[in-house]
Amino acid sequence: MSASAVHSLWTTAATAADPISKIDTPKIEYGQLSPTLIVVGAAIAGVLVEAFVPRKYRYYAQLILSAVALIVAFVAVVLLATHGYGTTKARIAAMGAIAVDGPALFLQGTMLLAALVGLFTFAERRLDPEAHGARVDSFAAQAASVPGSESEQAAVKAGFTTTEVFPLLLFAVAGMLVFPSANDLLTLFIALEVFSLPLYLLCALARRKRLMSQEAAVKYFLLGAFASAFTLFGIALLYGYAGSVSYGTIAQVVDGTLQNVNPALADTMGNDALLLVGAAMIVMGLLFKVGAVPFHMWTPDVYQGAPTPVTGFMAAATKVAAFGALLRLLYVVLPGLRWDWRPVMWGVAIITMLGGAIVAITQTDIKRLLAYSSIAHAGFILAGVIATTPDGVSSVLFYLAAYSFVTIGAFAVVTLVRDAGGEATHLSKWAGLGRRSPLVAAVFAVFLLAFAGIPLTSGFAGKFAVFKAAAEGGAAPLVVVGVISSAIAAFFYIRVIVLMFFSEPRPDGPTVAVPSMLTVTAIAVGVAVTLVLGVAPQYFLDLANQAGVFVR
Amino acid sequence: MNPVNYLYLAALLFTIGATGVLIRRNAIVVFMCIELMLNACNLAFVTFSRMHGNLDGQIIAFFTMVVAAAEVVVGLAIIVSLFRSRHSASVDDASLMKL
Repeated sequence: MSASAVHSLWTTAATAADPISKIDTPKIEYGQLSPTLIVVGAAIAGVLVEAFVPRKYRYYAQLILSAVALIVAFVAVVLLATHGYGTTKARIAAMGAIAVDGPALFLQGTMLLAALVGLFTFAERRLDPEAHGARVDSFAAQAASVPGSESEQAAVKAGFTTTEVFPLLLFAVAGMLVFPSANDLLTLFIALEVFSLPLYLLCALARRKRLMSQEAAVKYFLLGAFASAFTLFGIALLYGYAGSVSYGTIAQVVDGTLQNVNPALADTMGNDALLLVGAAMIVMGLLFKVGAVPFHMWTPDVYQGAPTPVTGFMAAATKVAAFGALLRLLYVVLPGLRWDWRPVMWGVAIITMLGGAIVAITQTDIKRLLAYSSIAHAGFILAGVIATTPDGVSSVLFYLAAYSFVTIGAFAVVTLVRDAGGEATHLSKWAGLGRRSPLVAAVFAVFLLAFAGIPLTSGFAGKFAVFKAAAEGGAAPLVVVGVISSAIAAFFYIRVIVLMFFSEPRPDGPTVAVPSMLTVTAIAVGVAVTLVLGVAPQYFLDLANQAGVFVR
Repeated sequence: MNPVNYLYLAALLFTIGATGVLIRRNAIVVFMCIELMLNACNLAFVTFSRMHGNLDGQIIAFFTMVVAAAEVVVGLAIIVSLFRSRHSASVDDASLMKL
């Protein structure tokens, strides 16, 4: 293309007749985007609540606002799905930026429910001892005050709480809703940042063990920003390769089916290095977010240091969002490249499954143990991703739904077991918990069995679906590795159960706090979903099956 | 001038940034290196935009700048709070959870 022709793209001759009027108004389908818009609107309203509502009423205002927003958004997702946007009317909305289809709606529904349950654990105010007569939650009295300083004591004495966590949660949820439905690479990147930035902040806000919490936030932030810079450079290279950031166009260029190839595009299309390096860098960023080996280094530290309600929410919802985006990227943009990415993903899945399971055995902290277990689970889900069949998509969707509620429930139980220093997360302190508080230990045992994939729990149904899809997709060796690492993982889950029920309680052991209805609801939902998806998974498998087709 | 040269420059800047993240020990400097990586991405976007003769890349560069600004706000808040409680912004000192 000549220089003057290029130049004419962003300059106009003075004689041209009113060029402004030629720009068409973008057509935005507000109804189809309503779940995201509702959550964003509520988050902005939450910021206004912080600014104008008296401190005394903020907690209640924020809690009600957030809960209503998440419920209404979920209803909107259900309405869209019943009107056929998940199947027959699946389409690309917002001028090609957002896909409204089965996987997007299924994952959005899952994330909204998980966020609602996570919101309940955020709002719990019965666990920490009362600070000067005021009930407090798991978040710092004032995040800006230095730990142990006079200003912190003053903030605690005044009964401050960080109610900003609710708008932060909503902003994170909004980003997560867009992430798996993004239909161009720019939207993908913006959604990635929109959900990551609030999570970095939430990690730093723990009331107890604040130094650890701040350290977790710094690690998560630096590594997360590093990974997203790689994603962005990958996007730049892919844009350079295809001349567009739209998923559909890139897929056509990769397949070589694009009409009207101009000379510049013909030049870059011939350069496979741009395509391969770009795709690898984007996938790397997404694998970082799901916590797959070798991009998992942040997971144990961040899971351990972050406030436990945040850990639960993050472990569940981030994984759902990131796997959704990974599925769409691999199945919609890069199916033409699958002979290149499948071997790589095979390797990643194998080392993720084995690495997560083996390292988890040596852990002595319950939150780190759950972090390594989440790494192993990322490997199991990757096995389903590799299947590259419709069954692969639906099994991954089902696994994500099952896994997210178990995770939030398990971390909610962790918040209950406390000693003088806050949560007692060291495993030795959990010894004999089953004798002291049988109900809490039994509930935790259910979650551990679900993680291990014992029949009659959701974990079994999920693992069975994923491994079946992988085996039918020609990845039988992967299934063998998966079963072996499941067996390794079962060892340390069972070890915790044995520790809780068959060892003597320590005299200086932790106490189990009596939570309010909020955490009780969160744990009850976790148990209910675990058992229902375990005993009668067929309805939900069918639902995931119907939702398993991407729009292009 | 051949626009491909700008791509080489972008790749070079990106590599310098990534190397800096890996070898520097001060959290602020690490963060500056990440910003350098984002700016390298911007240069690549604008160059590709010129090569393809469409405006997508230039628009994305604006989005990247906004994201980088938001990242600075969040990142500096976190790093400053770490510095104030430890009197050190070294990423080596932050090792409470190291095994």
